[in-house]
Amino acid sequence: MARTLDTTIEAKASRRLPEPPRPGRRFRQTAGRQHHAGPLTYVLLAVAAVVSLFPLYWNLVAASHSGERVVQAPAPLLPGPRLLDNLSFAWNQVHMGEALVNTTVVAGLVAASTVVFSTLAGFAFAKLPFRGRGMLLSLVVATMTIPPQLSVIPLYQIITDLGWFDQLQSVVLPSLVAAFGVFFMRQFLVEALPIELVEAARMDGAHSLRVIWHVVFPVARPAMAVLGMLVFVQAWNDFFWPFIALTQDGNPTLQVALAGLGAGNHTVDHAVVLTGALISTVPLLLVFAFLGKHIVGGITAGAVKS
Amino acid sequence: MATSVRAKPDGSQPPAAPPSSPGPRGRRRSSSSGGRRSTLYRWDIKAIPYVFIAPFFLTFAAFGLFPLIYTGWLSLNRVELGGDPQWKGLENYTDLATSEFFWNALANTFTIGVISTVPQLLMALGLAHLLNYKLRGRGFFRIAILAPYATSIAAATLVFAQLFNTDYGMINSVLDWFGVGPVQWESSKWPAQIAISVIVTWRWTGYNALIYLAAMQAVPQDLYEAASLDGASRWRQFISVTIPSIRPTILFTVVVSTIGATQLFGEPMLYGGSVGISGGSGNQFQTLSLLMYEKGWVNNALGQASAIAWIMLLLLLLVGGVQALVSRHNRKKLGG
Repeated sequence: MARTLDTTIEAKASRRLPEPPRPGRRFRQTAGRQHHAGPLTYVLLAVAAVVSLFPLYWNLVAASHSGERVVQAPAPLLPGPRLLDNLSFAWNQVHMGEALVNTTVVAGLVAASTVVFSTLAGFAFAKLPFRGRGMLLSLVVATMTIPPQLSVIPLYQIITDLGWFDQLQSVVLPSLVAAFGVFFMRQFLVEALPIELVEAARMDGAHSLRVIWHVVFPVARPAMAVLGMLVFVQAWNDFFWPFIALTQDGNPTLQVALAGLGAGNHTVDHAVVLTGALISTVPLLLVFAFLGKHIVGGITAGAVKS
Repeated sequence: MATSVRAKPDGSQPPAAPPSSPGPRGRRRSSSSGGRRSTLYRWDIKAIPYVFIAPFFLTFAAFGLFPLIYTGWLSLNRVELGGDPQWKGLENYTDLATSEFFWNALANTFTIGVISTVPQLLMALGLAHLLNYKLRGRGFFRIAILAPYATSIAAATLVFAQLFNTDYGMINSVLDWFGVGPVQWESSKWPAQIAISVIVTWRWTGYNALIYLAAMQAVPQDLYEAASLDGASRWRQFISVTIPSIRPTILFTVVVSTIGATQLFGEPMLYGGSVGISGGSGNQFQTLSLLMYEKGWVNNALGQASAIAWIMLLLLLLVGGVQALVSRHNRKKLGG
């Protein structure tokens, strides 16, 4: 019985569902009507691309030289021979490897939980009638403007009292779900999920969790993927609160470890510092290289509608 | 329930009703399975929206709202870590008003905010305009200018700190070819503030350009056709059609960037190295966030730090108020 129920809902989903608006699609549709770019456009864009990419390239160069060479004028422009030495030093002596694992765990948990909870709340705000919906949604949006500085002092006291200082949960728990995510999913589901689909599932006797699992999640999947990437990037790069809640020697994320290196507590070997910077940047750059188009679409989709 | 599926409020038919209508089946089941089940079902429908939004509001209450209010209360006290608060009334605020460090940090936050936000958004507008042409290698350019967004504050700042180094940095070497310098990028006030703004601008220009690009692509094409029939040049079209059409998006980015600039912390801290928390040897680039951190975690004066946090909130409310006024003004202009 359960199986037939599932398949009917899914069959209905595939029959009735309009193609969900995929972020970034508009580009391809309207691009045909635009003017062709002249040579000057290419020159200016090439300059912008070089300015954007050069610091990243130079980070790689600096990470492949000795510390003495990095601080000599003229600065090196081509990669040197010491990348592996620097990497192994950063990995073993200043524990960037552990920081990398910590950061992956934190960003992964924050992204997963934000995506699930945002989808649930976004679905409620988009499609379920309930008392106070409009007001509560405005409240969600309003919370986006509260700066993190306003909460760090009590948060610091709370995590110290709980014995969570320097523990990863002190960074994960406050970020379990974000207003941006709720709003993002709500905007997507308003358009992408026909209410008939939900009602049909309900009349087949599906309770809410079933509706979520078999109707909402499948429809929301593209937006969930985009939101997951955006939140992952943000959590990976987050600095202010982790810097307060974690120490460089205990359980640092990459950013906290880098801050410790950069402030010169441990080492003034600038090649090692920049090797650390490289370790923190390369994983995200790889994500961008493979999924860049979707991230571009996600950024524009999230911004234009708000 | 069944009727609501059939006839939507606007009277339109639902698309392609499935051959075996689910309506009767659902009704039969609920009537045959008795009261307990339908009570459960009603409870499910009524309560479930609140269950779904609860995680957000619980997280916000615990880690957002409560700390916000508690910070406000702390700002009226003298507090040290681990110690009991002592009521001081508005003393923390009046102390700040007479503190040159506070006014210095406020001014720095403002100047760094302006010299990072304004060029950033202008360049983003220009880049978006260029990317809006029909281009070869469009995907490459988009991802290339977005690459800095993938870089963390810490990584970007540490790289730029080397590039801006007064003695061996590449930027002074290049300036030297033109007979300029050496510029004291860390110890002089304006060069240091410019260097920090360059880091912020580098990280965010591509991101803003993509937001503008998306807005530009939603501008109706016939506006441009009408403009070019009137003999408007490309530049003229950009100024008179593109910019006004994407004004809400511009306002959005101005607000977001302003909020970001108000909270600037990591860039000046890491740029300053060992004197980062005080914003350079002469506080020449200490921002409000840095001053708050210094008061709270270095001087152990959490009450004063809380007062600074609340002043930042007031500044943001001011920004929000101005934004609301501007967008209302815009709407009126469009309507009239």
